[in-house]
Amino acid sequence: MGTPCKSTPNGSAAIHAEQLCRHYHMGEALIRAVDGLNLQVRAGEFVALLGSSGSGKSSVLNLIAGLDRPTSGSVVVHDRDLAKLSREELAGYRLRNVGMVFQSFNLIASMTLAENVELPMRFAEVERGKRDSLAREALARVGLQARMNHRPSELSGGEQQRAALARALINRPQLLLADEPTGNLDSRTGTEIMNMVREFNQQLGMTVVMVTHERELAERYAQRLIFLADGKLVGDEANSVAASAARIEPSEAVRP
Amino acid sequence: MKLPDLTELAVRNLRESLLRNSLTTVGISVGVASLVAMLSLGIGLQELASRRLMKSGLFDTVVVTSRRDLRNFGHEEERSGPAPGESRILDESTRQEIEHLPNVMEAYPDIRFITELRFEDKPHLTMISALPDSAKSNDAFEQMQGHFFSSDMAAEVVIQKAFAEELLGKTPKSGLDETNVASLAAPLLGKELVMRYAQREASPATSSSAAKGAAKDTSVASSDQNLASAAYSVVSREQKLKIVGVADLDPESMRGPTRARVFLPLKLAESLHVMQPTDLREITRAASDQPAYSSISVRVKNPSQIREIEDAIKKMGFNTFSILDATRSLQQFFAVLDLFLGIFGSLALAVASIGIVNTLVMAILERRREIGIMKAIGASDGDVKKLFFAEAGAMGILGGIVGVALGWAIGQAINLGTNIYLKRQALPPEHFWAVPWWLVGAAIVFAFVVSLLSGLYPAGRAARLDPVQALRYE
Repeated sequence: MGTPCKSTPNGSAAIHAEQLCRHYHMGEALIRAVDGLNLQVRAGEFVALLGSSGSGKSSVLNLIAGLDRPTSGSVVVHDRDLAKLSREELAGYRLRNVGMVFQSFNLIASMTLAENVELPMRFAEVERGKRDSLAREALARVGLQARMNHRPSELSGGEQQRAALARALINRPQLLLADEPTGNLDSRTGTEIMNMVREFNQQLGMTVVMVTHERELAERYAQRLIFLADGKLVGDEANSVAASAARIEPSEAVRP
Repeated sequence: MKLPDLTELAVRNLRESLLRNSLTTVGISVGVASLVAMLSLGIGLQELASRRLMKSGLFDTVVVTSRRDLRNFGHEEERSGPAPGESRILDESTRQEIEHLPNVMEAYPDIRFITELRFEDKPHLTMISALPDSAKSNDAFEQMQGHFFSSDMAAEVVIQKAFAEELLGKTPKSGLDETNVASLAAPLLGKELVMRYAQREASPATSSSAAKGAAKDTSVASSDQNLASAAYSVVSREQKLKIVGVADLDPESMRGPTRARVFLPLKLAESLHVMQPTDLREITRAASDQPAYSSISVRVKNPSQIREIEDAIKKMGFNTFSILDATRSLQQFFAVLDLFLGIFGSLALAVASIGIVNTLVMAILERRREIGIMKAIGASDGDVKKLFFAEAGAMGILGGIVGVALGWAIGQAINLGTNIYLKRQALPPEHFWAVPWWLVGAAIVFAFVVSLLSGLYPAGRAARLDPVQALRYE
């Protein structure tokens, strides 16, 4: 446990990556998706990871999400060194500490929205009786109570992403990781989704890490912009626009 | 993940690709059905054989004879009992002694004699045998026309089909006999027969008290006095008997030339004191009017206990005879038959299990993304593995249940078919097929276990799937 993060006071650093590397082989070539990254994210912060495709931003997100393991270096989330967790513990971490949304929504096509939202609670072995009302509540929060028994294919992209958000939050994680959450949405529904993400960040105090290649989007919502290229950190700046933007655009989509 | 959730998700996933999973399940069903069909044929044949043979009284019966029996001349005596000279007499007291041995169901004297029966004033000479009440369950009597003796003392007879033909003046045909027993029985049932027989009667020189006679039995010393008292007279008697049943099958088919064609209730036969062939032989020893039996049949509760009972009776000083070894090799034969039938049946199930592996491996490819999603939102390797196991298990149980039903139906169909054939051949119907409950349970459990084993590899593969790769896969 000789990681530097241990010295950081609890609560101030939600994510602490040090000399983080993720290399893999593709045929003969060695791909350095993440290459010696140092990064700190404070609890409750809204951070955007920016970069062109292939810059390694999604790889960083997967490492923070515990979906992937670093080749070397460490990533510590809320005092947990993810590299040292077993596969089982890592699954538990993903289940309880992380909520994820993806560009392609990733809802399970054969399940209704309610069932999709309920699924993480099944894995978490939440009591059967409680699950139904919790799923209903979560869907109501994103304005989908009327669509509960529809399958994802019957819904618009925006609705699907809202359901995905409801699913990401159902086990009350501290961390929300979003991988191009508006990439498949038009700008209006994208705004809707982003307002919700910001609301979760501000009202629930969730730490949000969002991967995007749209600088404009990042500037509108994130408090901090981190730029990546070739798996390395090339820029880290506080965003002055976001604070004012939050007040300009009321989050009317959250509670219609 | 908990079992109800697991089952629910598994069933939902199975319904998603209904056709493929149904076909796989049908594969298992066919496998189970063939296994059930093969095994129930084996069990059915075994039951048929043992039903036939056990009811013949050969396999659960020990025949006890006196060591002095002529039959045993030249036989090497076993040293387990008293020397031949000290051999005891088979009489009522020994019968009771044998009957009180553990695991003995009953012991009854074999009473059989040749005598004349008059029917409509025509004499017929035949072998008559006495039957205990328990013979009712012999399948020869279960399927006969009319009914079994109303009581053990009733003046009633059951006659064998061949004798019925003789009484009616029909010439028995050789070979396959297609005469309908019902038509033979109709004119005979309720009719009277007159039996003429030789009764052994205590001679006036001795007391006819049975008790006294029994007491004398125990002191077999060949004193002059006892020799003198060992006299009795033989009196010709008549007894009216009512025909109550005509049996199609021969309950004594195994007895060969000494088999009887007319049967009397045992107690009635005993009370008649019919002169027995052994009476002449035993007169020098029995020394009384108390009958000495030529042999006693001992029925045991379970054929597996025959050996112990035989040993116990030998120790008492008698000779015993049973066809124990024949049953042994019969059981061995059926064990081997069952094994072979089981192996052939299992082959189909083995093919079906490859079907399960194939279906689940296909499902992994198809649901790669879904597995990735589940892992991303927090499913552990164990959850994914269990889910695939549950799917394999559900297919197994369902296939097992359908398979057992299918196997049972095949069995019924074959039973029906063979019985139609047997009927055409004028043979009585038989059950070749037996699906015992344990086989139903075992087949379903077996299908379940085989399915889980088939799920082992696919489930492991699904569990190891890398979520990052799986999510990238479109």
